[in-house]
Amino acid sequence: MSILVNADTKVICQGITGKAGSFHTAGCLEYGTKMVGGVSPGKGGTKSEHGLPVFNSCHDAVAATGADVSMVFVPAPFAADAAMEAADAGCSLVVLITEGVPTADMVKARHYLDEKGVLLLGGNCPGVITPGECKIGIMPGYIHKPIETGAKSVGIISRSGTLTYEAVWQCTTRGISQTTCIGIGGDPVKGLNFIELLGMFEADAATDAIIMIGEIGGTDEEEAAKYIERSIGKPVVTFIAGQTAPPGKRMGHAGAIISGGEGTASSKMAALTSAGVTVVDSPAQIGHAIGELLNVPAAQPA
Amino acid sequence: MKVHEYQARELLVEAGVPVPASHVVETVDQAVKAFDAIGGRCVVKAQVFAGGRGKAGFVKLCDDANAVREAAEFMLSNRMVSNQTGAEGIAVKKLLIAAAVDIESEYYVAVVMDRAKRCPVVMVSSEGGVEIEVVAEKNPDAIHKQWLHPHLGLLGFQTQKLVAGLGITDKAQAKAAGKVIRGLVDVFYKYDCSLAEINPLIRTPDGEILAIDAKMNFDDNATFRHKRLQEMFDPSEENAMELRAQEHDLSYIPLDGTIGCLVNGAGLAMATMDIIKLHGGEPANFLDVGGSVTKEGAIEAFRIILSDKSVKGILVNIFGGIAKCDTIAEALIAAAKEIGFTVPVVVRLEGTNVERARELLKEANLDVLIPAADLEGAAEQICKQVA
Repeated sequence: MSILVNADTKVICQGITGKAGSFHTAGCLEYGTKMVGGVSPGKGGTKSEHGLPVFNSCHDAVAATGADVSMVFVPAPFAADAAMEAADAGCSLVVLITEGVPTADMVKARHYLDEKGVLLLGGNCPGVITPGECKIGIMPGYIHKPIETGAKSVGIISRSGTLTYEAVWQCTTRGISQTTCIGIGGDPVKGLNFIELLGMFEADAATDAIIMIGEIGGTDEEEAAKYIERSIGKPVVTFIAGQTAPPGKRMGHAGAIISGGEGTASSKMAALTSAGVTVVDSPAQIGHAIGELLNVPAAQPA
Repeated sequence: MKVHEYQARELLVEAGVPVPASHVVETVDQAVKAFDAIGGRCVVKAQVFAGGRGKAGFVKLCDDANAVREAAEFMLSNRMVSNQTGAEGIAVKKLLIAAAVDIESEYYVAVVMDRAKRCPVVMVSSEGGVEIEVVAEKNPDAIHKQWLHPHLGLLGFQTQKLVAGLGITDKAQAKAAGKVIRGLVDVFYKYDCSLAEINPLIRTPDGEILAIDAKMNFDDNATFRHKRLQEMFDPSEENAMELRAQEHDLSYIPLDGTIGCLVNGAGLAMATMDIIKLHGGEPANFLDVGGSVTKEGAIEAFRIILSDKSVKGILVNIFGGIAKCDTIAEALIAAAKEIGFTVPVVVRLEGTNVERARELLKEANLDVLIPAADLEGAAEQICKQVA
């Protein structure tokens, strides 16, 4: 079991002939993802270097391949439009990897996708992986451990890319599998957030516990804490990055006010602790904490 | 990205927001001429990004030409030190000379991006002239908000509600205030602002509505589509090292500690700083090399870290995804040759092409490098090295 994507998920790549799109399509294919085609305006009718059919538009691609998900590598100025095109073409999930999309564009795209009932992940995110079944994004596949009978499994949700890999690796080296790992991205306005994904993991029978990795800024973690207290029965471990970050480097004060909070690591950690979440101070303790909760002992050195 | 007060005023004026007559000057003589042109009492304001100008003596109300001369001389020849500048202060190159106006009431108007509601919000308050944080804490009911529809923007009835929230009832004045709110929202959209703020917006005894001070922040991801903003960019207000890092697609923020950090990914970079602190060390910087880092970019990163003379050791923490461990290993070896490491370097590599990276480092056999197996071990090592 898993959430969002599995072995049957059919994926197209928007921007498949670009450098990044092409490179990571190859990575996804190698991992075993059902990549069924790509979009590159003006290059319809050709084949990508991976031998996949290339279409001029998302609508052509979805009509011909029956794709469920689009992985977007379109450059930032056009990325939000690409996400809306994928939604209009009938994809049920759009994974927006592109970094640097203007916030105003994301406001419009998120609203458009919400109205169509299409899920958005990202932008500026590493993507989603259900280990052993489907990898959509830029994460290194080999660090993950697919679920197996008798082994404990966690679901992972993170605002950071490489810090997610760190958490995954700590689980894998302890023999803890992952059902699905999702990088939601660090941009101010984005798609799927902690709350929606926590709910999906709670409902997923194979997920024994959840790791949630937050960052300073905004109040998403505080909102998640309230939700966990109310609606999540499974154990949750969190780490908040930026405990030592200098304040005010990215956020204006007025922004903090309207969000109704400071956005500091300490306010997030306090909210999560009082919601009954296991909050670790050190990023090196994530695997240890989840191992304790699931009664999985540390691996003995060989 | 930020702009100066006088530039924010320019953008407001173009959007139809009235401001008192003003001139931007760079010399004392120009300042005196500007005073003569205005023909009466005026305010001399240093044009710097940092706040705390008033307390530092860099905003002065002047009644005559001599006072203007004195204020301009002081501001252009002294560095401004405030709680936002650091002890070394900042040089002032431009002054805004603005006509002083009599104030009957002060208001606050701002548009900001609300991350939680995923749309811009307009906030107004009849308690202007003070920091909005203070109002939010002491009298939250005095702040009125209207959230803007993602596709429709500011609607007519919302403007009316906001004007009512300001407590302005006179018909002509209400019309003028509505025009200010619409103008500010226009600027917010037109230039991809993350914050557009007028504080204070004032009413004169004659019932005139004027914007006295404005502050704007812009979405860095959108400056590519605003030539106007690119022209306004003032590199002298940015940290030189941060700029140098940006030119190489590195994200660098100097801090006060002794352990230099080179990490891929913002979250892991922050987490690396956190774990250093947990082990008793102090990070000297935040440095995210990004995903598409090249060997040259990583070498430059080492140069930037080592240019900070308080650095006593470096922690390299790479979890390769798009960034490849062997690229970092090559950069480490080249940097050791080209720059030379005079401080210990603890290296923790994992992820894409890690095997190849380990081989490269083994072949190079550099004494200064200390390998670490995991994050915990890396933090312990570097803190021990600099202790």
